[in-house]
Amino acid sequence: MIKVNDLHKSFGETHVLKGITTAFEKGKTSLVIGQSGSGKTVFLKCLLGLYNYEEGTIAYDGKIFSQLSTDQRREMRAKIGMVFQGSALFDSMTIEENVMFPLRMFTKQSHSEMEDRVNTVLKRVKLKDAHHKMPSEASGGMQKRVAIARAIVNNPKYLFCDEPNSGLDPKTAIVIDNLIHEITEEFNITTVINSHDMNSVMEIGEKIVFLKDGVKAWEGSNKTIFQTDNEAVTNFVYSSNLFKKVRRMYLEEHD
Amino acid sequence: MIKDTFRKATKWSVMKSLILKDIDDLVIGSMGIVAFISFFVGGVVAIQTSLNMTNPFIPKYLVGFATRQSIILEFAPTFISIIMAGKVGSFITSSIGTMRVTEQIDALEVMGINTINYLVFPKFVALTLYPFIISIAMFLGILGGLAACVYGGYGTYADYIEGIQIDFIPFHMAYAFIKTMVFAFILATIPSFYGYYMEGGALEVGKASTTSFVWTSVIIILSNYLLTSLMLG
Repeated sequence: MIKVNDLHKSFGETHVLKGITTAFEKGKTSLVIGQSGSGKTVFLKCLLGLYNYEEGTIAYDGKIFSQLSTDQRREMRAKIGMVFQGSALFDSMTIEENVMFPLRMFTKQSHSEMEDRVNTVLKRVKLKDAHHKMPSEASGGMQKRVAIARAIVNNPKYLFCDEPNSGLDPKTAIVIDNLIHEITEEFNITTVINSHDMNSVMEIGEKIVFLKDGVKAWEGSNKTIFQTDNEAVTNFVYSSNLFKKVRRMYLEEHD
Repeated sequence: MIKDTFRKATKWSVMKSLILKDIDDLVIGSMGIVAFISFFVGGVVAIQTSLNMTNPFIPKYLVGFATRQSIILEFAPTFISIIMAGKVGSFITSSIGTMRVTEQIDALEVMGINTINYLVFPKFVALTLYPFIISIAMFLGILGGLAACVYGGYGTYADYIEGIQIDFIPFHMAYAFIKTMVFAFILATIPSFYGYYMEGGALEVGKASTTSFVWTSVIIILSNYLLTSLMLG
């Protein structure tokens, strides 16, 4: 479980995160949503320890990240898997080497053990015969799967995804969403996804945190988001006619 | 940055492959252009020296002597380093800069890796082989001078060989290789700095590569002046 308490982060004069308090549970897929510039990416980078913050605490299973020593932080980071928006695969490595990288860095496994683990994980993300391709030879969807495989290969306890389905066609986006959701349940990990994709919100948002101008404006799930009266949320989530219609139908059905 | 390059080292099995890759990219990959330029510039130095020696009292072996001195003292260590600032320096800046832009450095940091050690240290180690490149440049420059001199009809083989042997001061080689090591350090650090700390997108990668080339060249020229004043002045 990740607990965030009163998190503040500024860049110079700009106060980006203004006292965010929330919690992300183990085995559940949590989504952080909000408009571009609402502070989602900064929030995620604070969670990852890539940004220092001025006030507040982030606790990973009770351990406050900012109070950990450098070695303890390093140990903690080895338990984190991250899927970046642009996949962030290493250009100079094949797909197999990309996925094997965390194992080479953090384990003492033999090459054959690492190969077995890589094969298992690539099979899990439904990638076959792609081991020796370079990332540039893979499609956007394949790159995302490789990024997911690399993130989970070392059995992480926490998985973070920054807009994992941006730039993908709707069908592939749903496949990626479902894959992350299944992996979260299967490996009982704490997953936090940054997204502004409404399909993701409806499909896999077991917990949703809505940020607006650096403030947590709403918190709920894909069930409660249909019923909320919060104007900021409804303006954002139901901005398209399609989603307005979906919401109306849902509410009529559940009246 | 230099401090971080040497602390919290990356696992040796991984570092070994990074070093070998950088040796291939930075040292072996530069051999072709260095060999080509050295051979022909050596030839041009010999021709120019010969054409400017109109006084019959100047001994013919001076062509070999002047070519050797020019190549060993300045051309090989300094001007090859300026060329390397363009080739290797911009390669280092753009490759690290692209990793920054495409969040590959963030991906390494999330894993708890000391990214400066991971990215810069292998380049440092690879460029300790830089004197090897300069030795090749020296040899081929002098050989190019010989070829131009003999086959161009500017002097005889015997005169040229006499010229490259005459008044040889071993300290000049030490001076050239001390300069080379300083330039290798500059070539590894300044381009890495510009790549690592760049911000923005693809356009900024290009700008950072250009800025890195300019500053690497400036620092090489200035340190060349300082080292020459200190060691030969």
